[in-house]
Amino acid sequence: METKDTLKIAGVELSSRLFLGTAGYPNQSLMTEAVVASGCEIVTMSIRRVSLDRRGSDTLTLLKSYRFLPNTAGCETARDAILTAELAREALGTNWIKVEVIGNREMLYPDVVELLEATRHLVDDGFVVLPYCTDDPVVCQRLADLGAAAVMPMGSLIGSGMGVANPANLELICKRSPVPVVVDAGIGTASDAAIAMELGASAVLLNTAVAKADDPVMMAAAMRYAVEAGRLSFRAGRIPKRGRAEPSSPQFGLVGS
Amino acid sequence: MTIVINGEPHESQAANVLELWKEFTTGLEIEGPQGFAIALNGALVRKTQWQSTHVTQGDRIEIVRPMQGG
Repeated sequence: METKDTLKIAGVELSSRLFLGTAGYPNQSLMTEAVVASGCEIVTMSIRRVSLDRRGSDTLTLLKSYRFLPNTAGCETARDAILTAELAREALGTNWIKVEVIGNREMLYPDVVELLEATRHLVDDGFVVLPYCTDDPVVCQRLADLGAAAVMPMGSLIGSGMGVANPANLELICKRSPVPVVVDAGIGTASDAAIAMELGASAVLLNTAVAKADDPVMMAAAMRYAVEAGRLSFRAGRIPKRGRAEPSSPQFGLVGS
Repeated sequence: MTIVINGEPHESQAANVLELWKEFTTGLEIEGPQGFAIALNGALVRKTQWQSTHVTQGDRIEIVRPMQGG
């Protein structure tokens, strides 16, 4: 049953299809335990101004055996996202970048015009670009055409826990995308992650669902199994839905007939 | 001279980006510049250029490092 099924992004083979965010955990120790329980290989980070009244984060040291995916979260223009990506590459020594350009602070909705511009520039500058985008098949195609290493359409609004809001769109994106599709944002619980994978996603990126769960470590494990189960289910091929019952037991030799 | 660091004005005598970084991070429990990155007036200054990049009155500096993120 188990044939090799590794995800490859920009030539890098990944055995886990779950990317985990590192923000918002009750403490560093639970964050580290959750990362371990999730089985992930990629963890996301943000780039922020150094604050003198805040002690330095030792997240880097705690997670040094993981592959860092820095983000440009909070940026509202291509220009800011490009500079943040350059700072991230310098600070972390990785050319991988999750490009996030927000067009509306209240909804944290991607600004695809700025996103396309940032993606074009960063690909040209040698970055491995993973853009956080709308669940729009055309936008995903454009990003892939520009050289994005993967596309990361939203399941639903960041931090909303609403799951996959538009499964039909997501399935279309997954079927058509020439690059891996990482469903990013909106995952609220394990079944949401499984649904994303069953629709054909290559991977899932989530943070809040684990960080803010009553038991983050247990939820991280749940997400790990959900992603694995969803992937197996997708590969196994689900039965078609039908409106009528279909008996599973033999219809001959019934007692009393 | 006054330098704007991370959006706040600071009085500094630093001659270059490296000195400015040392000045600014005094008091932080850090071992060295690894994990930091600096932009001067909106452009990245690589660590290899910190010492040779001069700062002048009114410069805008961003000193950043990775934090937890999603």
